[in-house]
Amino acid sequence: MSAVMDRGAAVAAAFERYRNEPGALLCILHAIQDSLGYIPAEVVPDIAAELNLSRAEVHGVISFYHDFRTQPGGRHTVQICRAEACQAVGARELEAHAKTALGVDYHATCSDGSITLVPVYCLGNCACGPSVRIDNEVYGRVSSARFDSLMAELKAGAE
Amino acid sequence: MVRVYVPRDTTACALGADGIAAAIQLQAARQQREIELVRNGSRGLFWLEPLVEVETSDGRVAFGPLELEEVEQLFNADGSPNTGHPRYLGLTEEIAWLKKQQRLTFARAGVIDPVSVSDYEAHEGFAGLRRALTLSPQQIVDELKASGLRGRGGAAFPAGIKWQTVLDAPAIQKYIVCNADEGDSGTFADRLVMEADPYQLIEGMIIAGLAVGADKGYIYLRSEYPKAHQILNEAIDAATAAGYLGADILGSGRSFYLQVRLGAGAYICGEETALLDSLEGKRGMVRAKPPLPALRGLFGQPTVVNNVLTLAAATTVLAKGGAFYQDFGMGRSRGTMPFQLAGNIRRGGLVELAFGMTLRQLVEEFGGGTASGRPIRAIQVGGPLGAYLPESQWDTPLDYESFAAMGAMLGHGGIVVFDDTVDMARQARFAMEFCVAESCGKCTPCRIGSVRGVEVIDRIISDEQRAENLTLLRELCDTMEYGSLCAMGGMTPFPVRSALTYFAEDFER
Repeated sequence: MSAVMDRGAAVAAAFERYRNEPGALLCILHAIQDSLGYIPAEVVPDIAAELNLSRAEVHGVISFYHDFRTQPGGRHTVQICRAEACQAVGARELEAHAKTALGVDYHATCSDGSITLVPVYCLGNCACGPSVRIDNEVYGRVSSARFDSLMAELKAGAE
Repeated sequence: MVRVYVPRDTTACALGADGIAAAIQLQAARQQREIELVRNGSRGLFWLEPLVEVETSDGRVAFGPLELEEVEQLFNADGSPNTGHPRYLGLTEEIAWLKKQQRLTFARAGVIDPVSVSDYEAHEGFAGLRRALTLSPQQIVDELKASGLRGRGGAAFPAGIKWQTVLDAPAIQKYIVCNADEGDSGTFADRLVMEADPYQLIEGMIIAGLAVGADKGYIYLRSEYPKAHQILNEAIDAATAAGYLGADILGSGRSFYLQVRLGAGAYICGEETALLDSLEGKRGMVRAKPPLPALRGLFGQPTVVNNVLTLAAATTVLAKGGAFYQDFGMGRSRGTMPFQLAGNIRRGGLVELAFGMTLRQLVEEFGGGTASGRPIRAIQVGGPLGAYLPESQWDTPLDYESFAAMGAMLGHGGIVVFDDTVDMARQARFAMEFCVAESCGKCTPCRIGSVRGVEVIDRIISDEQRAENLTLLRELCDTMEYGSLCAMGGMTPFPVRSALTYFAEDFER
């Protein structure tokens, strides 16, 4: 996650950047989440006013897409691919292992705030699964042991 | 100076290519050898990634799959490649897996630096665009029609007819939308185009714009592809600087403006009308058709929505002519198809071939069987909405009609192999579960039917009134197939039914 910036500044920057783009709600939401790590409920009225939409419409879009979250996540987001190509090489076992190892279910954050675990359907690394994405990096052929060492690295790295 | 290639592709990097690139540079610096390190795309030989290539006077030689500790012995003292290295593969172009392919769309993949305009130009890039600039819109569309090219996203609609419809629609503003929401498990061909040869997609979109009279384009890219996002943006900036994008393309007086828009993790946005709603900043809800997007698409205007591979293939069609492209293939499936070998496969990756090879040839000759070494039991073709095929169907030729005839589909060309440890009842349940997670919710058969599907399969697995529930499941599949608004609910029954029909024993444990 990028450094957390001031909420008002993040929203203003997103509006400024996409002011002249038609249909830019997803772009604005991505920009806000990239800056703040999530989309706080408090910014929904501002977005609605900026785009001349109802708050319900903005909320509807946020809740439709898996990527957007309305609560802060951990310092890192770890996605495990659940899709068929990875299943064929042991993704179900990896999922079960990851949940046990991290002590959380999907969409939850470890108690130390380090990692949020999220399912994903396909990372396009289907010839070399099981696949895991940590923030913006994809890892292939992730065994349970490899997963543990990747997680240990994440937890060791401060922030 | 020795030129060394290390891919920046997602799969190559997922297997350690960045570390290998750094180690090669460090070692060269330590030994005071000058090298030029090129971060190319992948050739699609994913089973050999990380695949490092070194340029020699005879051509490029390859090493792979390379481990970090094997970098040390890559080069001799004089800086030449060490042909005695245990990972030495010889000339890249002579690797049989690559040589046996018929690469049109992927001819440049892994060969060039993906963001170098001059590299692209030196490998026949923009030849299609230059020719299109000399043709009338109708002539461009006629060329595409003559090629027989059908949409490579999955639905296989004739691309030329779609372009003709948009060309004939009167409007001040039209759009070209590239569907780069490649969500099917087992597919990565779009990603490979975007990461290895992005100018080909850009060129295809400009050609489409010239053909139908659209000066604005969007690439709707899934957010699961961060590297493709980075590379596309670099390529768009460079193409704009070189005069291929923006106002007055190559002094022609024609304009084309292109941008990338990111999706947000919704599989349904790969359905073209949901994609358009998403591009408009809305929930990705499927629209009823008609009206066709070609007539009322993005922001209500006539819009070409094509998959990455379709737009990429248009460059070959324009550069070499419709007749050239049409010469590949069989029946009504013309040209080449990029098949993607995935899942439990020993030699996975991208295989571009003319239509007509059988599935068995593909998974055995190219794929080399399973990675686990166990027998293959089921092959899912065409993504999560595609059927699971038992061995009796592996000799079917890979073309659109042959697959449709047996209740299956080629889709986007993804081939996912499972060995004999697979539990097909669990796979059928997953198909329904995936539909629960990804349905847009607009129509009842898909939204509710998928939830009921999971429940019914659970009852079958736990032997609660099994016979009655099997009948119910088949009826539910019919309801979803015939009653759903789009392929999400309409084709979720394909994997379920095929599992029920061909792997019935797995439901009776």
